[in-house]
Amino acid sequence: MNSVKKILGIVWMITAPVQMGLHQMAAKPSIDTKIQWGVFIGIFLPIAIGLFIFGYYAWRGEYKG
Amino acid sequence: MADTKTLRKVITASSLGTLIEWYDFYIFGSLATVIATQFFPKTNPTAALLSTLATFAAGFIVRPFGALVFGRLGDMVGRKYTFLLTLILMGGSTFAIGLIPNYETIGFAAPLLVLLLRLIQGLALGGEYGGAATYVAEHAPADRKGYYTSWIQTTATLGLFVSLGVILFTRSMLDKDPVKSVQAFNEWGWRIPFLVSIILVIVSIYIRLKMQESPLFTELKASGNTATNPLKESFGKKENLKMVLLALFGATMGQGVVWYTGQFYAQSFLENVCKIDFEQSRTILIWAIVFATPLFILFGHWSDKIGRKWIMLSGMLLAVCTYHYLFGELLFLAENHSTTISTADKITRTVTGIIYWKMVAIVFVLIAYVTYIYVAPLSYWQWCFWWINPFYRYITYYCIYRR
Repeated sequence: MNSVKKILGIVWMITAPVQMGLHQMAAKPSIDTKIQWGVFIGIFLPIAIGLFIFGYYAWRGEYKG
Repeated sequence: MADTKTLRKVITASSLGTLIEWYDFYIFGSLATVIATQFFPKTNPTAALLSTLATFAAGFIVRPFGALVFGRLGDMVGRKYTFLLTLILMGGSTFAIGLIPNYETIGFAAPLLVLLLRLIQGLALGGEYGGAATYVAEHAPADRKGYYTSWIQTTATLGLFVSLGVILFTRSMLDKDPVKSVQAFNEWGWRIPFLVSIILVIVSIYIRLKMQESPLFTELKASGNTATNPLKESFGKKENLKMVLLALFGATMGQGVVWYTGQFYAQSFLENVCKIDFEQSRTILIWAIVFATPLFILFGHWSDKIGRKWIMLSGMLLAVCTYHYLFGELLFLAENHSTTISTADKITRTVTGIIYWKMVAIVFVLIAYVTYIYVAPLSYWQWCFWWINPFYRYITYYCIYRR
């Protein structure tokens, strides 16, 4: 289980920036999305940072049972 | 720990207040299309609706800051007075939204005022919900925390239930002619659900004034062990930060998605994808809520008996395995409504589907809750566990309304 946690730690670290950008970049909305992007950056940036730190701790084995 | 009678009072007072706060919070979202025509220029309806939804989302965005502000306040002056403040702020803001003149009367001041009041609502709810669970937990015996605090979890669902009920009732009672009634509601009747909230808030304030401070907080205060700088303690110490991140990303992240998909995307899905009209989709949800809400209590009770872990894992597995099927089934039923399936069958299967689906959401809510009780000592940063919910709820909303 501890090995799984460590591997998942790497997954979370990679997921952090990916979840931040790729999905939105792939979307091609036909409407003006300035407001949404503003909210998106303001909300998701701290989440991405937090997810990265969470993944880092998991990878370092900080959550070993 | 408190005796049973005191516990009942604590649960009633906490739950009622939290229910009212959820009611206040949800009526705005449920009336987004009507509000868009009132507070924004009518020249571009799409932009007006998006702006309304952005205003709605703003309430979610500031919820974490509400948890911060009122969490700190709760640790410094006590839960009771913090609750009172959040309730007054929420109730006052909701009432005030019902009084704001429309765009044609005061121009851009109208949407700005709405935005300001939504921000206050978000702050208040951020402080209220996690705080109520903490307050009840601090009164409950260790082996019954799951059961007693599950009552708080019912309030979010019941708040939606009450808001939908009041809206549907108001839409239908303004005129004998149903069409004229809906017209009157869209013109001015939408204000009624906002204004009604002040009565509920006054009742709740009266009840909460009679509440005592939680025994744990009283004990901490007497011994001088209340947090002096909760923020620093929460995020400045690595051990605490690790636990906060674990709770946020390991427990409540999935819950937020499941909960909001089941609770709110259901509305949008039924209305926009399945093309079921406003009243029918809301009626279906109301029935689903009626049947599903007691499951909060059941799972809370079970979590005290069999432990939190297996309930948590079962809920996650259930969600992963069933969500896709349930949405597909709803769509299938809606698309085939005029051919092979009778109306009675369609309604039965739809309601059954949503109940099943909401069960999953309920399990997840419990997951979040029990994890937070399970892993956390009773201190300020517990409140912060609720942070992640608004964030991920926003994702759901964003995805829904970007459609």
